[in-house]
Amino acid sequence: MTVIRLTINQKPIDLDPPGNRLLIETLRDELHLTGTHSGCDTSQCGACLVLIDGQSVKSCSVFTGELDGAAITTIEGLAAIDNFGEGDSPLGRIQTAFQQYHGLQCGFCTSGMVISASELLATTPHPTEAEIRHWLEGNICRCTGYQNIIAAIMAAATGSGTGEGGESHV
Amino acid sequence: MYEFSLSTPTNLADAVAQQQDSGGKYLAGGQTLVPTLKLRLADPGHLISLRRIAELRTVSEADGFLTLGAGLTHHEVARSVLVQHRLPFLARMAGAIGDPAVRNRGTLGGSVANNDPSADYPAALLALGARVVTNRRELPADEFFQGLFATAITEDGDESELVTAIRLPCLRRAAYAKFKHPASGFALIGVAVVQGDEDQVRVAVTGSGFGVARLREFEAALSQRFAAESLASLSLSPDEFASDSATSADYRAALAKAMTADAVRQIIQGFF
Repeated sequence: MTVIRLTINQKPIDLDPPGNRLLIETLRDELHLTGTHSGCDTSQCGACLVLIDGQSVKSCSVFTGELDGAAITTIEGLAAIDNFGEGDSPLGRIQTAFQQYHGLQCGFCTSGMVISASELLATTPHPTEAEIRHWLEGNICRCTGYQNIIAAIMAAATGSGTGEGGESHV
Repeated sequence: MYEFSLSTPTNLADAVAQQQDSGGKYLAGGQTLVPTLKLRLADPGHLISLRRIAELRTVSEADGFLTLGAGLTHHEVARSVLVQHRLPFLARMAGAIGDPAVRNRGTLGGSVANNDPSADYPAALLALGARVVTNRRELPADEFFQGLFATAITEDGDESELVTAIRLPCLRRAAYAKFKHPASGFALIGVAVVQGDEDQVRVAVTGSGFGVARLREFEAALSQRFAAESLASLSLSPDEFASDSATSADYRAALAKAMTADAVRQIIQGFF
């Protein structure tokens, strides 16, 4: 075991993980950041996405011991960097848009969807619907049929996900 | 997972020394190895993560060849301006592997060393006549890839060989056509076609079920006359393709011909 230092949601933390400790286990079991969900545990569903140095990664497929010096952002810390939310809302602009456009039903896939969308909008601020659909290939939702997820991300990109008048497509 | 220890060397010499000391296994992007470990199909004792080794993540060009470090992620290959400029089909291919999170983590060297029978890179490398560089030697793709998950690299205990780079000739008349499995995104069939010097054509198929392979009959016909119509009277034997839950050998054989024709048309139309 080796002591490593990383930041999680902008807070520095020292860890001493066994070699086979996965990032998702560190987040959920040790740090109780349970917003990141473990879905398939086989790198297919995208529910466990977090940002590592700004890139979306499946936290069930990365060992914590590899992350010395890394900056991790989970859904709990996303609003702080996705700061177009309303006033003192604890939600960022993408989360707000998901709320307004009813971009979730059971909510299990949602944190992964929002993390994925945040990486897309950071690199492609005004994606087309086709680009969003292509981007979300690795995020599986079994409730919504994706329509409102896409609508929410479109709204977040154009800024219409903030303020009044979010239209639900349900 | 079984218990194991993990080290994160920052240079190649340390990584190789740690492998020899421990007899452990190299870990690249982990997109295949980590699921394998979860299923307890591997018990490495020690893992040597290659992630922090900067010298495995370089892109350079010399004498008509691109040299890509084995540790480059699919995302990095797709976004490399040099790759986009010299081998645009390869940049597009890398940008269509898996999904964004897989591309942020999975690596060129990992894909090549694993030689999954449905992986994209092996077909591109074989069609290009690329060379695989390891910590001990350099060998052509034709010798490197040896069937289902099998390659020329040795993986014996403390003498494990490590893929360090891929050398690719900058042949611009090249294309890759892929028919994806709709759920997994893996290639049901993927075909790379490269028209090299003196119009010699190389064609390589992935997804057959038996490991990446060249389609020699197609190569001969396309070297004679480079047109999709040159394939019209030819057909591939279903014996060279596998049947499984996804589709039949007959359909795979037909797809391989269709994807070859598609790649040829892409090159003729200048979409490369």
